[in-house]
Amino acid sequence: MRKRTTSAWRSAAAVCALLLTAAGCGSDDDGKAAHAPGKLGKGEGKVNIIAWAGYAEDGSNDPQADWVHPFEKKTGCKVDTKTAGTSDEMVSLMKTGQYDTVSASGDATLRLIASGDAAPVNTKLVPNYKDIFPALKQQPFNSKDGRMYGIPHGRGANLLMYRTDKVKPAPDSWRAVFDDAAAHNGRVTAYDSPIYIADAALYLMRAKPSLGIKNPYALDKKQLDAAVTLLKKQHKAIGEYWSDYQKEITAFKGGDSVIGTTWQVIANLTQAEKAPVKAVLPKEGATGWSDTWMVSAKAEHPNCAYKWLDWIVSPKVNAQVAEYFGEAPANRKACAETSDPNHCAVFHADDEKYFQRVHFWTTPIKQCLDGRKNTTCTDYAQWTRAWTEVKG
Amino acid sequence: MRRAGAGGGAGGARLRLAALLGPPLLWLTLAYLGSLAVLLLSAFWTTDSFTSDVVRTWNTDNIQELLTTPVYRTIALRTLAIAVAVTLLDALLALPMAFCMARVASPRWRRPLLVAVLTPLWASYLVKAYAWRVMLSEDGVVNSLLSPLGLHGPGYGTPAVVLVLAYLWLPYMILPVYAALERLPERTLEASADLGAGTWRTLRSVVLPAVRPALFAGSVFTFSLSLGDYITVQIVGGKTQLLGNAIASQVTLDLPMAAALSAVPVVLIVCYLAAVRRAGALDAL
Repeated sequence: MRKRTTSAWRSAAAVCALLLTAAGCGSDDDGKAAHAPGKLGKGEGKVNIIAWAGYAEDGSNDPQADWVHPFEKKTGCKVDTKTAGTSDEMVSLMKTGQYDTVSASGDATLRLIASGDAAPVNTKLVPNYKDIFPALKQQPFNSKDGRMYGIPHGRGANLLMYRTDKVKPAPDSWRAVFDDAAAHNGRVTAYDSPIYIADAALYLMRAKPSLGIKNPYALDKKQLDAAVTLLKKQHKAIGEYWSDYQKEITAFKGGDSVIGTTWQVIANLTQAEKAPVKAVLPKEGATGWSDTWMVSAKAEHPNCAYKWLDWIVSPKVNAQVAEYFGEAPANRKACAETSDPNHCAVFHADDEKYFQRVHFWTTPIKQCLDGRKNTTCTDYAQWTRAWTEVKG
Repeated sequence: MRRAGAGGGAGGARLRLAALLGPPLLWLTLAYLGSLAVLLLSAFWTTDSFTSDVVRTWNTDNIQELLTTPVYRTIALRTLAIAVAVTLLDALLALPMAFCMARVASPRWRRPLLVAVLTPLWASYLVKAYAWRVMLSEDGVVNSLLSPLGLHGPGYGTPAVVLVLAYLWLPYMILPVYAALERLPERTLEASADLGAGTWRTLRSVVLPAVRPALFAGSVFTFSLSLGDYITVQIVGGKTQLLGNAIASQVTLDLPMAAALSAVPVVLIVCYLAAVRRAGALDAL
């Protein structure tokens, strides 16, 4: 009997040891030294995409918006799209290695490059790259050491959406969701991600100049605390947070949310559902995104991924996406292809002055992004914890 | 070992038994307990703050942060309170329903009623949760039914979470209670009546003690399922944050912290199971 017990213990110990070594070995084989392909081969017949809502439309939301089926027909690559709600979701999905390409925003790109989950892109293999606005090429958020890690897709601002029948007068400032949020108690909404802290910081840049915030993604401890205090105050008036765009649409349609941050595409879809909403760019400017199609370092279908990259920034398709999503296209030739000839002017596609007012999502890191040397800034892990605290 | 070798036939049977039980037991230890062990172990690791890759250096920072940060305590207590509320609500609803099914309805009706209770389990969890989201919305069915009475629905928030979770897990409570009530011999109820006990007395002194283990068994489901839920709360919870949400928001960026957080429901459920076991409810499962 005693013997059996010891042998049971021994095998249990062996199992544990096995698990430990298995767990210990897993980390070292990350593809840190990913290479860009020199030339492309035949398509693999399939491509797995992670995209923001509205970036890979196959006509199921709006029969007019379909650039996936033409792509499948042209290249023979069947598209499998996974829609992600936040950059964090994109990063974690990319870590699974099951996806070939992702439409990453600036708060995900650097993390993907640093962790080796994204591979450098050989821009020669993407013929349409030459027509991308120069201001989007070789940017700190999509390149490293002079090598592009993706193809720029488009950019835009996070807007303020409100129900025209419930919010009067029409708001023109983020004050409506911060200091004046109590006016719509329980009906205010906000984006459910730590990156939303930057929206509060952006508001504080104007509302409390004494804090000295120069860049909403470069916050020292004191500045982060001020933003958290503001967000905690906002929390009292929040009805619900959103990260799923469908959820925001139903909330605005049903009147559960009447004011809060949004994307142009959500505003369009909500209007299409006959809800009286409007989206504006407040006078403080806004946070925003500049998105890049990146290729996974572990891509199983790299050829189809490159075909997709070239397809999505080709003038016609880039124009379609930009109009559907409500953003500035990355390809300057796209401006001639939009159904609304003024689209590029409305969305300031080549207006660099305008985009200086839009603070693109960037991953906050310890080295202050605004160039301050005498202090350390709060990093994204701290933002994540602060966000949990805000939601309480 | 010696005993196994004693009789040839017994040894063969033993071997067959080992072969039969080996794979499931291995599955249980490796896939279940093993992954749980790795999970709890990773709570003692840390992450690279920029790439959010796990760095395997041993430290107790996460546990310390978990125990000292007030917000985690708030979230844990809120989650516990919701799980308890859901369990109580389900017990209150399941008792009369199961009693009707097992005792009041004619035997011909029992099976259809049982099927009716089980049918919601066939529909997807998400569909049901979203259906409640639509019903509870500002201009949804609940509000339009209540408005003639001058009342207003709960809207999205903690009460909605309790309501929807109670709805989702109700069949898990009804089933064991129904089984216990059905097994209850008619004779005991008659004996109780013969001895002069009224309906309430019979219910309290005969029926309740008989179904108590079943109630506990059902509560194991409702309690543990509620404790781990994070989808329903995202759909109807408004801004409510539960343990599951805190874990989900950390899991992409800070896996070790998420692991430390997930130790909380594990501990709570183990404590609950221990308490329930003392009450003898696990025998009824």
